[in-house]
Amino acid sequence: MGDKTLTRMDLSEAVFREVGLSRNESAELVEAVLQHMSDALVDGEQVKISSFGTFSVREKAARVGRNPKTGEEVPIQPRRVLTFRPSHLMKDRVAAGNKR
Amino acid sequence: MIRSELIQKIADENPHLYQRDVERIVNTIFEEITNAMARGDRVELRGFGAFSVKKRDARIGRNPRTGESVAVEEKHVPFFKTGKLLRDRLNGK
Repeated sequence: MGDKTLTRMDLSEAVFREVGLSRNESAELVEAVLQHMSDALVDGEQVKISSFGTFSVREKAARVGRNPKTGEEVPIQPRRVLTFRPSHLMKDRVAAGNKR
Repeated sequence: MIRSELIQKIADENPHLYQRDVERIVNTIFEEITNAMARGDRVELRGFGAFSVKKRDARIGRNPRTGESVAVEEKHVPFFKTGKLLRDRLNGK
């Protein structure tokens, strides 16, 4: 199993190799993609990338939490959380690629 | 927003690029993330989130209809954790 961590740099390098734009422009395009996805999610939109997966925003109700160390009760405000549901294709590829 | 809408937004902002190149760019990004996870690698996109692979141990499952026991093999599943910046933005911070 791999133990590398890829970053934006690796994604822009892949774009650079694939399309032959400058490294700088490739990096800007990677950033633009992440920015558009983030903006849509912040607007409460779902982001559905076919054969990759779906990002959705869920509303969580307020609840009483507890500090696990002190046992003290703390109110948790209502909040919005992001969930990612991988596509079947991604699940299959990740399962197959990591099978030993 | 779906993939084609994302491609269109990037194309509109970059009139000097061919539409088909914008498609290749967007597809490459997602393809690269999936490939990394298929190798067992992590992809960390600061501010946005991190994609990683989690191992699920083998277990004895049950067919919910028949109640029959079935052996489920160990498997690896994709996992996404939202980045701090995006999490804060979702909550208006």
